Amino acid sequence: MGKDIREDIAWAQINNDVLKSLENPRKLYWVILFAAMLVFSVGVGCEIYQYNVGLGAANMDNPHMWGLYIATFIFWIGMSHSGTLLSAILHLMHADWRKPIYRFAEAMTTFSLMTAGLFVMVHLGRLWQFYYAVPYPSERWTWPNFQSPLLWDAMAIFTYLSSSVIFLYIGSIPDFAIARDNIHPGWRKKLYSILALGWEGTDRQWRNFRVTYLTVACFLIPLAVSVHSIVASDFAMSQQPGWHVTSFPPYFVAGALYSGCAAIITLFIILRYVFKFEEYMTLPILKKTVRLTFAIAMVWTYLNCIEFTATWYSHDQVAKDVLIQKATGPYAPFFWGMIFCGSVVPFAMMVKKWQTSIPVMFAVSLLLNVGMWLERWMIVAPTYSHGYYPWTWDHNQWPSLIQWGIVFGSFGWFTLLFMVFCKIVPSVSMYEVKEMVYHRSLAKKKEELGLEGGH
Amino acid sequence: MSVSNLLQNWSTFRHEHPINDKPHAEIKWAMTIDLDTCIGCNACSVACYAENNLPVVGKEKYAHGQSMHWIRIERYWGETEVKEEYDPNSNFDMVQQDFQADQGAQFLPMLCQQCEAAPCETVCPVGATNHTEDGLNSQIYNRCIGSRYCSANCPFKVRYFNWWNYPEQENAWPEPLPLQLNPDLTVRTKGVMEKCTFCKQRTYTARNNARSEGRPVHDGDVQTACQQSCPTNAISFGNLVDPEARVAKQWEQQQVDLAKEKQEKDEKADNKLRGYRILEELRPYPSIMYLERVRESAV
Repeated sequence: MGKDIREDIAWAQINNDVLKSLENPRKLYWVILFAAMLVFSVGVGCEIYQYNVGLGAANMDNPHMWGLYIATFIFWIGMSHSGTLLSAILHLMHADWRKPIYRFAEAMTTFSLMTAGLFVMVHLGRLWQFYYAVPYPSERWTWPNFQSPLLWDAMAIFTYLSSSVIFLYIGSIPDFAIARDNIHPGWRKKLYSILALGWEGTDRQWRNFRVTYLTVACFLIPLAVSVHSIVASDFAMSQQPGWHVTSFPPYFVAGALYSGCAAIITLFIILRYVFKFEEYMTLPILKKTVRLTFAIAMVWTYLNCIEFTATWYSHDQVAKDVLIQKATGPYAPFFWGMIFCGSVVPFAMMVKKWQTSIPVMFAVSLLLNVGMWLERWMIVAPTYSHGYYPWTWDHNQWPSLIQWGIVFGSFGWFTLLFMVFCKIVPSVSMYEVKEMVYHRSLAKKKEELGLEGGH
Repeated sequence: MSVSNLLQNWSTFRHEHPINDKPHAEIKWAMTIDLDTCIGCNACSVACYAENNLPVVGKEKYAHGQSMHWIRIERYWGETEVKEEYDPNSNFDMVQQDFQADQGAQFLPMLCQQCEAAPCETVCPVGATNHTEDGLNSQIYNRCIGSRYCSANCPFKVRYFNWWNYPEQENAWPEPLPLQLNPDLTVRTKGVMEKCTFCKQRTYTARNNARSEGRPVHDGDVQTACQQSCPTNAISFGNLVDPEARVAKQWEQQQVDLAKEKQEKDEKADNKLRGYRILEELRPYPSIMYLERVRESAV
């Protein structure tokens, strides 16, 4: 495999190619957008019904207090992690191959957090009172309960969401300026003029920009780790069998990076086709992403084994029963499906030929995320079905269509936000791609000058 | 709204129950349930429905596990005692055996254990469930946002969620039942959690009466609905701090200490005392002591 991207692309060509994505994507773009709207409206319809009649419509019951909503919430939170991994951690490590793909990964972070936020709301019995969980000054001196992991959760998510929006925005400023300078007059030009904050590309601006970007990147990394650790505390800090596990925070973080990387591969392939980004989202970059995903898949598998063995060799009989129940009871197909999709399917990524095969990687990345979604469900549901108190065991609960509909609709909401974003904001970072071809361009320029000097 | 206000407010809000904190000075409500006298008649459950305006959910929702019984009678069949004529090749016999246990069915009335270190209290994001000064685990319906974390963390699963808007449900209070609704209660809406309150409308009335008469609450001033309706007097309820109370005497006699997660008597080999608390080892410090059923084989 050669260079990540062709190095003889001219800077003007980069501008042209990326800005074209804002104007004329393939027809498939509109198909996806329309489909996303349809799917989202299914979710909205289900939520309106549930809001009116009560949460009983979701078919939850006494032991099964949380259902797919919380499972899917963890799924979306998890999805948000890889954006930060690519843009912040790999930025600090000077991994240049991240440059053409980090922008959309970053957008994925923001939008999957927004989707996760929806699930917190949908899950609440009285969602019209959700602001009780926010520590706002009140004349009655009522505060939320600072001991509750759920409150830490809300705070961590809001912090992470606002920080990643800022990070996404800061990183896009030079690109907004390029768009401002090159796009035809109209409302978009006005929008980019405002968003570019008067960027002129002076040395001083670049210096300040670099420092700011680096600072926010450093700020974001601990946040990314803490958010999912705190989501894990929702479970680990409770005393329920199957949840009360010390290794949950790293396990959740690994799972989050895992599903996020898989989602990046999926979106990589879609964007590459829809916006004609073949020159930038190249196969060598795909290969590197696939290898990274494989490494994380193995970490996740390892942490899974730790969790199972720790439970198995502990003297906590109840937790052990939950584990056995998970593997052999009514949840067994989903449990083994999770093991298959999460720990067996990734081995397809070891085959060199498949690492750069678009159809194979598309299928694999989707399967990985199916596995990761099942993982979250297998964390939430089996503990409820087989808890401490035998009289309340309930192995037959099945989520209603309303619940499935909202879960389904959330994918529409995410796709909608993401696709609209890609049409408005350059989804490949132009100025950083230029950095990748900088040396070559400089050499070329010198060559030309040298030739001219000879005359 | 300064930070110092917040912290001060906070320190009064959270206590370290039950060991390191000030013990309940005047009143600590507690209960004893004698499983030997319980006949599983469900009168307590019915009384609770009447007293606390619990909605009847109907057969279908009950089967879904969406029932609202604050006190439930759990039915367990006896330990399988394999008889000599038992045929190991026949599964059918095994089933027969199970359901014709010598001791018959056993019953266990289960209600909120009003834990002193309640797992539900710490996890509520809005602080809707708290400890009261008389040792109850309270639920503030108006504050509840319905995250259901409390129930998720309750080992006994005795918290009941308003899955539906019950007054609109046909089974809830069919005519003329609305005429018997108790006016002394707070109304619950759809989407909030509710649970046994130890009939706090009764306990507070008793306390108010005692205060206006200028005396402490005596044992017998207040009865919970379940206790009142029990035909065999299996339930006793009262103030654990008051040494004259029947409950306090029972706890004393059974050597069950509220603030211990492991009772000393259980360490002794010749322990014949019947008192125990359910899932004590999880350290929620429940306020309900059960008296074990006396078995023929044990006598």
